[in-house]
Amino acid sequence: MTPFTYERAADAAAAAKAVAERPDAAFIAGGTNLVDLMKLGVARPKHLVDVSRLKLDAIDETEDGGLVVGAQVKNSALAADARVRRAYPLLSRALLAGASGQLRNAASTGGNLLQRTRCPYFTNTATPCNKRTPGSGCSALGGFNRIHAVLGASDACIATHPSDMAVAMTALDAQVRTVTGDGATREIPVSELYRDPAQGPDADTVLAHGELITAVRLPPPPPGRQVYRKVRDRASYAFALVSVAAVVDARDGQVLGGRLALGGVAHKPWRVAEAEQALSAESRPEASFDAAADAALKGARGYGANDFKIDLAKRTIRRTLADAAGLSS
Amino acid sequence: MMPETEFLRLSRREVLEASVAAAALGVCAPAAAAAPDALPASAPSVHASEVRFIVNGTPQTLSLDPRTTLLDALREHLHLTGSKKGCDHGQCGACTVMVGGQRINSCLTLAVMHAGDEVTTIEGLAAEADLHPMQAAFLRHDGFQCGYCTPGQICSSVAMLKEVEAGWPSHVTEDLGIAIDLTDAEIRERMSGNLCRCAAYPNIVAAIRDASEGGAL
Repeated sequence: MTPFTYERAADAAAAAKAVAERPDAAFIAGGTNLVDLMKLGVARPKHLVDVSRLKLDAIDETEDGGLVVGAQVKNSALAADARVRRAYPLLSRALLAGASGQLRNAASTGGNLLQRTRCPYFTNTATPCNKRTPGSGCSALGGFNRIHAVLGASDACIATHPSDMAVAMTALDAQVRTVTGDGATREIPVSELYRDPAQGPDADTVLAHGELITAVRLPPPPPGRQVYRKVRDRASYAFALVSVAAVVDARDGQVLGGRLALGGVAHKPWRVAEAEQALSAESRPEASFDAAADAALKGARGYGANDFKIDLAKRTIRRTLADAAGLSS
Repeated sequence: MMPETEFLRLSRREVLEASVAAAALGVCAPAAAAAPDALPASAPSVHASEVRFIVNGTPQTLSLDPRTTLLDALREHLHLTGSKKGCDHGQCGACTVMVGGQRINSCLTLAVMHAGDEVTTIEGLAAEADLHPMQAAFLRHDGFQCGYCTPGQICSSVAMLKEVEAGWPSHVTEDLGIAIDLTDAEIRERMSGNLCRCAAYPNIVAAIRDASEGGAL
């Protein structure tokens, strides 16, 4: 690890200011991703600002019937919260499908959103990687790319975002609240948090240096049944090859509407308006699921070892939508 | 050199402590110099941070380089070598300890972040000569082979049963709205962060089931 100095921040604004003032400073919360990347020499901050003790660990109800989740709420606490289990089971399920019990106890809500890709070329400092070292090239393009993106990728980077939680949050229209070094606050939809890799893959998100996530706001849940399905190489404790977050409002065998977001296929949770528009009573449910799957994967391309993800994603979408509609055979 | 007979009388712990002392005296200097992040002599020194926390009920004060993980603080500074360094990347669970009663990977967290915390390691689960019921259950069911993952398995399973008691659901819990039925599938899913390369899994599951039914936690 590169040597660094350490401080524990007094409050969110002070933490943001402390990081904003130093280009080589970074926030640390759960540390489950950052400490690992520091050991590997991928992340080399010279100063760490610890935000894990900030009073951002509450889950509060909003007047409109939603929830505000503090950025320091642990993944395990969020998954187990009775209100989340009742109104946002999609979010509980996504969290429980990720990592291990130990990691969920340490990982924070804000940190989960900001975790880096698990592309093996990103974490190996001996190989070129535009995300780690801009301009050095993308080793995954012609390399082992079984886990890589089939949507939204560019010639600069085909890495995927590894979070399950963010996929559920995207389907739920969650909003990220932040504070910057000069004390300004803003709210950003999770769907707009992640940057297009064609804009330069080294920065994952639109957040400024020193901009701290303070909370995630969940609007009231959409009507319908929520299902999260994760497909992976082993039954537990593995990242998604493909995951599907689905909400389907179905009555009397008819699909009235729904939400759909994909994980494991792009640099961000992938949500397509046309796919959700296909979820309507205008066609038979099965036909609407087929149309939604085709619309969600529109423009998809494989890079060799990950070609299988395109069909896998379509099948997983159809099955998950059918489950959410209560129409699985 | 000590006479061979004297060496043979040393316990494993004494040998370990002697090794640690040797390392502290710089006997392992060539290895340290070869480390990729070894500092040239002119580099600014890293400020040592004083860290006070409670480990297995005992207040401890350590002066640590901020880079020290909680695992290294426990093993190399407090000589609590029960917690093991397996992968050192949060993938194997051999380093599992409890902080504030919750299980975490001690390799993926910095010791300085735990000032004021209460840490429990395998050494602190039971009074000195006693076995914790989970330790006894692992012995009864032969829940290990080489034993390297065992401290992590035991710390993880003790904390895991508390999570079940608190009603925390898991990936395989069918209904998020009702009490947990601790099936074997639930135990396996909840213990997936602890790998055992000897594959003692069936006996580990049996030991945890036994301990959970004993209610002596």
